[in-house]
Amino acid sequence: MAAGLDPAQGLSSSDRLGARRRLGGALWRRPWLRGLTLLSPSVLAFLLVYIAALVALFVSAFWGVDVFTSKLIHTWSLDNFRTLWNESAYRHVALRTIAIAAAVTTTDAIIAFPFAYFMARLATPRLRAILFVLVLLPLWASYIARIYSWKLILNSNGLLSWSLHKLGLPAPSLAYTNTATWIVFSYVWLPFMILPIYAALERIPHSYIEASRDLGAKGSRTLRSVILPLALPGVVAGSIFTFSLTLGDYITPTLIGGASGQFIGNVVADSALRGGNLPFAAAFAAVPVLVMGAYLVIARRLGAFEAL
Amino acid sequence: MSERRGTRIALGVWVALVLAFLYIPIAVICLYAFNSSTIQSWPIAGLTTKWFSPTIHNGDMQQALWLSLKAAGLATVIALVLGSAASFGVHRFRFFGREAISFLLVLPIALPGIITGMALNSYFTYWNFNFGLWTVVIAHSTFCVVVVYNNVIARLRRVPGSLTEASMDLGADGFQTFRYVTFPSISTALISGGLLAFALSFDEVIVTTFTVGARNTLPTWIFSEIQRGQELPQVNVVVFLIVLLTIIPVALAQRLTRESGILRTE
Repeated sequence: MAAGLDPAQGLSSSDRLGARRRLGGALWRRPWLRGLTLLSPSVLAFLLVYIAALVALFVSAFWGVDVFTSKLIHTWSLDNFRTLWNESAYRHVALRTIAIAAAVTTTDAIIAFPFAYFMARLATPRLRAILFVLVLLPLWASYIARIYSWKLILNSNGLLSWSLHKLGLPAPSLAYTNTATWIVFSYVWLPFMILPIYAALERIPHSYIEASRDLGAKGSRTLRSVILPLALPGVVAGSIFTFSLTLGDYITPTLIGGASGQFIGNVVADSALRGGNLPFAAAFAAVPVLVMGAYLVIARRLGAFEAL
Repeated sequence: MSERRGTRIALGVWVALVLAFLYIPIAVICLYAFNSSTIQSWPIAGLTTKWFSPTIHNGDMQQALWLSLKAAGLATVIALVLGSAASFGVHRFRFFGREAISFLLVLPIALPGIITGMALNSYFTYWNFNFGLWTVVIAHSTFCVVVVYNNVIARLRRVPGSLTEASMDLGADGFQTFRYVTFPSISTALISGGLLAFALSFDEVIVTTFTVGARNTLPTWIFSEIQRGQELPQVNVVVFLIVLLTIIPVALAQRLTRESGILRTE
C-alpha cells in the first residue's frame, strides 16, 4: 500500500520524509491554518476580482458620463435611475423581459413536472439513467447552435411553416416575434428545470405516498398535499436557472426576437459595448439583479440550494 | 407503481413528446450541415459534404477555435485548483461564514452573465489589462469554480471520514493520507467536474463578448457569422461539429459518476 510506510524506504529518504512529516504535523495541530490555506485562495480571488468588480459596477450606476468624451464623471446622482423610470421605452423593455422570463419559467415547470415525475417514479433504473443523459446532453450541445437551429426552424421557409402547411394549417410567421423568443427560451432552459424537479421527486420516500393512501387520500389529493409540496424546492431551484438566465440573456432576443423584441440585456449590451455609457448600463442591469437577489433569498429559505 | 394505467400511458407519451422537442432542433442543425444549397430553407435541397473542407481550412475559424480551447483549458485548471481546495475547506471545517462561501461561489452562475461580463470588463479596463486570452480565462474561471466545487463536495460528503482516520491510525501522515486515500476517492469527481467546467467555458458567449476584446472565441465567431449571414453553410458545419464534440466530454463525465444535478454529476 502506502510506500512511505515501508521502513526500509522510510530510512532511505528519511530527511525528506521527516520534513514533510513536520509540516504535516504542524498543519495537523493547527486546523485553522489548514482551513485558511485551503479556503483563502478561492475566497480572496473572488473578493478581489469578482466582488470588487461587481461593487465597482453598481457604484458606477450612480455616476454619469460626459456626452462628448464618453468619460466617467464621478458625481453622485440618481439620473440614470430617473431616466429608466421616466422613459416609457425602457419601462416597456423591462416589463417585456420580466414577463417573458416569468412565462418561460411557468412553461418549463409545466413541461418538466410530468417528465420528472415519470423519471423519478415510473421509469426503471436503466431507463432513468438513459433519460437522465438524454435530458442533460442538449444542455451541453452548444447553446448558440441550439438557438441558431430554431432560427432555421421558425423562418418563413423553415421546418415549422412547412409542417403546418403540409397539415393544411395556417402557417403564421413566428420569426422575429415575442412568441418565438418565448418558445426558444423555454426550449433552451428546459433541462435546467427537469433535473432539479427530478432530484426533489426522487428524494420523496415511498412510505409517505403509502401513508397518504392509507389515510384515504386519492391520487390527486396525494399529488396536491404530499408530492407537490415536497417537490417545491426542486421547482424553485429550476426556476432560479430559467428565470435568471432569461432575465440576463440577449443572444436569443438578438437572433430570434428582432428589433421590436429587445430585452434588458440588449439595451445594456448596446450602451455598455457600443454606446459607451457604462453607468446607464449598470443602472439598467441592476433591475434583474435586484429581482434575482430577492428571489435567491426566498429560494434559499425554501431549501432550493440543496437541489441545485 | 401506484399510478393507474391511463396515467402511466399519458406520462409515457408526454416523455416521448418532450424528448422530440429536445432533439428535433439538434437533428435539424445536423442535417443543415449537409445542405447542398446556400439558401437555408426546409426541406434542404440535397445532401453534400462540400462545405466541410472550406470550413475546416477557414483561418478565422481556426484562430477562434484555438483561443476557445486554450481559454477553456486554463479556466478548467484554475477551477480545479480553487474549487477543490475550497470544497475541502468547507467540508472539513466548521467556522463562521461557512454558508456564505457556497453562496459566494454560486453567484457568477446565479447572476446574469451580462453583469459578470460588464463588471469584469470595466474592472479590467480600470487596471489597464490587455483584453485577450487571460481576461477570458479569469472571467470564465469565476463560473467554472462552482462546478468543480459542487462535484467534489458532493463526493466528500459520501466518503466516510473513518477512512481518513483509519489511514492516520495506521501511521500515514497527512500527505500520504491525501495521496493514497482521499485523492483516489475524489478523482472521478474531479474529472467529471473538470469536463463540465471545460464544456461550460467552451460554450460561453455573453461573458466572453465582454472580456475577449477584438478577438473571437468559437461561440462569438458563430454569433457574429449568424448575424452577418454571409457564410451560413460554414456556420452549419461548425455548429454540427461542435454538437458532436461537446456531447462526448459530457457523456464521459456521466459515465464516471452516476446520479446527477446540473452543476454536479452526483
